[in-house]
Amino acid sequence: MKIAIASGKGGTGKTTVSVNLYSTFARFFDNNITLIDCDVEEPNDALFFKNRKLILEKEVQQIIPEINTEACTFCHKCADWCEFNAITIIKSVAFAEINKELCHSCGACLVACEYNAITEHPHPLGVISHFDTGIGNGLIEGRLEISSSMQTMLIKEVKKEISENNSITIIDAPPGTSCPVVETVSDANYIILVTEPTPFGLHDLKITVDLLRDIKKPFGVIVNKAGLGANEVYKFLDENNIELLGKIPFTKAYAKNYASGTILENVPKEIEDTYREIAEKLLTKQLQQ
Amino acid sequence: MKEITILSGKGGAGKTSVAAAIASVAKNAVFCDNDVDAADLHLIFNPEIKERYDFDSGTLAVIDPDVCTNCGICVEHCHFDAIHPNAIEQLEVNPFQCEGCRLCERVCPEGAIESVYNNNNHWFVSNTRFGTLVHAKMGPGEENSGKLVTEIRKKAKEIANQINADFIINDGPPGIGCSAIASITGTDAVLMVIEPTLSGLHDAKRLVELINTFNIPVFAVINKFDLNREITEKVKNYLDENSISLIGKIPFANEMVESVVNEKTIIEYAPDNKISKEFYSIWEKIKNN
Repeated sequence: MKIAIASGKGGTGKTTVSVNLYSTFARFFDNNITLIDCDVEEPNDALFFKNRKLILEKEVQQIIPEINTEACTFCHKCADWCEFNAITIIKSVAFAEINKELCHSCGACLVACEYNAITEHPHPLGVISHFDTGIGNGLIEGRLEISSSMQTMLIKEVKKEISENNSITIIDAPPGTSCPVVETVSDANYIILVTEPTPFGLHDLKITVDLLRDIKKPFGVIVNKAGLGANEVYKFLDENNIELLGKIPFTKAYAKNYASGTILENVPKEIEDTYREIAEKLLTKQLQQ
Repeated sequence: MKEITILSGKGGAGKTSVAAAIASVAKNAVFCDNDVDAADLHLIFNPEIKERYDFDSGTLAVIDPDVCTNCGICVEHCHFDAIHPNAIEQLEVNPFQCEGCRLCERVCPEGAIESVYNNNNHWFVSNTRFGTLVHAKMGPGEENSGKLVTEIRKKAKEIANQINADFIINDGPPGIGCSAIASITGTDAVLMVIEPTLSGLHDAKRLVELINTFNIPVFAVINKFDLNREITEKVKNYLDENSISLIGKIPFANEMVESVVNEKTIIEYAPDNKISKEFYSIWEKIKNN
């Protein structure tokens, strides 16, 4: 079973829920579990495993085309085919160039060119790391190269690392509702939306619910930082028949533990119980599938 | 005129609450919500929409099953793995995986593929009690959020020039990917909101690395600084070492959450609170820099 953890708004607690569920499943239910950090712009899951060991690290490349101006006739066909405005051709000065930041590596220009003037070259996209976390099968993290705007492409590469032999995979998604989120959740069997009981949290929850209904994915909600803010979120869940999987109370002490990266050490009893209940609900869903 | 972009790397650090507070103290400013994925500033600004625009985020391929011979040439060419056989073995494009490069359309020998424009994104120019707000609403799962950010910033700048505004304030997106890059390019300064957590600091460092590639001045505010003073010290040391000036420290306070629940800025909700006074001082420092 693949469970993705998402939220429209950032900072609602995706990472907190991801690492806690991973640890809860591994300790009490099923140790054949892997955690995947797909928030490639800002991956944080590893910070919560103090004794992690890096076991594998690989650089991922994006293939970017280059124009050889010796062979180029400046016919402009490649630029006409490029839907991303990444190619500039100026015939009068024999200039032909592809902008790396705008290129989506779709391959259209290579097919367009009739003079073999375009070749492909690797360009850094990010790094994928595998960590031993002491429990479970470990953590796989994607980390986007600074200045790259191709986060979705890296997420696709990270997902290829998921082994089919895991009984459970927890996937920590990036914030938002646009293409990187869809890519992350697209082959999850179930999605947990993490929200906070504030108007910002609720507004962004609603747009994420619209997205998941659009792509027809089953989901439930965890309300994090419960007790802070207002109660409209519960009314919304009720009126829209959305399952409330659990509530994690806000306490300053817990927030302080999060701050220092120690939420997996000395988990308060009530929080541990909440995650155990959520894990049980998720396992029941798996049996029903 | 000076354009300032508010960013944080990590989501939920307090970008929107800071942007709202600044709106209460800045005079003669235009505001722009660059977090087009999960825009929230309008929840405080209560905008009255004056102008509405469609944003064209590109095209999506659609296969006509009556013409398609299932030859598979499009599948071979697609770099995004977006074309798959459906339940009755007819090839189909997954709209969420399609990047709109139109290569499949161009290579199809039967002319069975058509690209349709996608108008699921909108943006607005609105009147608010703080001045003009330019903001957007993206359709769920959409592409090209960076391009949309560029478009609304262009409009904000145009308006600021027309009315002779002194400032443009951009409420930025989380992360360091395409929309963050689009909100930094060409801005005059970045105001970074950091929460004193290991994740907050980790994410801020990656953001600074990105901003440094643009050579733009950065100022920092630590939000909820009293949540974990040890990490706050680490954040301060990091800022010192990198010569980033810390221009304000905001304590954790329920009033901040309550102000959002009441759809007000902290300055409107609790004008005499010490946090409100801190924002006046933060704004003076930004203004005079």
